[in-house]
Amino acid sequence: MSRRVSPRSARNIFQWCVCALCVLCGQAFAADYARVEGARFRSVLPAAPPDDTAAVAPFLLARRPVTNGEFLAFVRAHPQWRRDRIARLFADEGYLRHWAEAGALGTADPQQPVTQVSWFAAVAYCEAQGARLPTWHEWEWAAAADERSTDARDDPAWRQRILSWYSRPATDDLRRVAAGAPDVRGVHDLHGLIWEWVEDFGSLLVGGDSRESGDPDRMKFCGSGALDLEQKENYAVLMRIALLSSLQARSTMRHLGFRCARPAPGAP
Amino acid sequence: MTPLRAAALLLLALAAGVAAAAATPTDSLYRIEAPLTDQDGRAARLDLHSGRATLVAMFYGSCPHVCPMLVSSMQRMESGLDAPARARLRVLMLSLDPERDTPDRLREVAQRHRADLARWTFARTPDADVRRIAAALGVQYRRLPDGEISHSTIVTLLDAEGRLVASTSQPLRPEPEFLRALHTHTAPERTTPP
Repeated sequence: MSRRVSPRSARNIFQWCVCALCVLCGQAFAADYARVEGARFRSVLPAAPPDDTAAVAPFLLARRPVTNGEFLAFVRAHPQWRRDRIARLFADEGYLRHWAEAGALGTADPQQPVTQVSWFAAVAYCEAQGARLPTWHEWEWAAAADERSTDARDDPAWRQRILSWYSRPATDDLRRVAAGAPDVRGVHDLHGLIWEWVEDFGSLLVGGDSRESGDPDRMKFCGSGALDLEQKENYAVLMRIALLSSLQARSTMRHLGFRCARPAPGAP
Repeated sequence: MTPLRAAALLLLALAAGVAAAAATPTDSLYRIEAPLTDQDGRAARLDLHSGRATLVAMFYGSCPHVCPMLVSSMQRMESGLDAPARARLRVLMLSLDPERDTPDRLREVAQRHRADLARWTFARTPDADVRRIAAALGVQYRRLPDGEISHSTIVTLLDAEGRLVASTSQPLRPEPEFLRALHTHTAPERTTPP
């Protein structure tokens, strides 16, 4: 006589398997990604002024910026992103110029953050990992943290530290990723190492509601809201916005790199 | 090297040369391999109008005021061309709101504007490609909490191979250089197949 599995125990087994899978996947991600809980926070680019907040859903953020070594593995697997093969639509002439060759780092340190990468290349890298770039609001919220708190922005020391990085000469060599202490979530280098691409870098300053305007010269934006810059005293973060807004998707810079993000398990 | 092997190598080299000549230019918008769905639900690719000068703009179907003005302003640009030039021009309207802009909705927009669907295409493409195309065209957009999308109205002229040759952010009153480029690229010698 065969033993039959009751529907109830079948369901238990199924649930157990799902849990085990979640735990396994969670651990695989946990090594490289930190969970950032969802929040509504005071943003320099509020979603709907005059309300000065923005909301982010829970997400996973890479603990470190992508390195030269990791990006080299990517271009080897996806040679259309090599600097000698990349379409001009996707990157300017500076793309990966600091590497000795299209397929070799030379003296570039594999542990340094990869820079001289365009937004298109950063997006392609993250997509190849099943990830994406963080949005500005996700980056801004994650970067509000320090070693002790998830929102250290009112601490003058937090601001001073960022500003002291800005004042360092741009000719300095980049240090390796994760060389310093991580923040309270275990994330490294959101400040003090490089500028970082975000998914919506080109749309940070979208604004100017002109729906009701009959003036054709003002027919530039469509929509019912506008983004206004808030917290003008928070110029440390505003500098990032100024820089990102000045770029094109094919631009590259010596101190501009990126890190990836993923949706949090269970989040929409 | 045997003659046979040499001949094979020569053939290979020739094939590579032909492929390179036929390839999309490296600065062409058509380097983005975005799958489109048009107003009739047909699958297409971003380069569906390749071989013809094309005006491309991004919009969304439920946009109350400026997007209708955008479409009319592009119709006005067209009406500035003579009939044969107009017949050579193609127009691609890409949705910023692929989730809500179903083919039915796109067709509604097209019909509302009496767009000539022999030359105009209204299409949607997945979100990730919307971002890439917008980035390449310099279109800024942001979804607002009330569901509307704030976006810049930029009309770009692509040449027959998809290169970005001119653009205007004042579609109602385009710059003379933009109109000159539009005339040049719809002139007969520009679009005659080689």
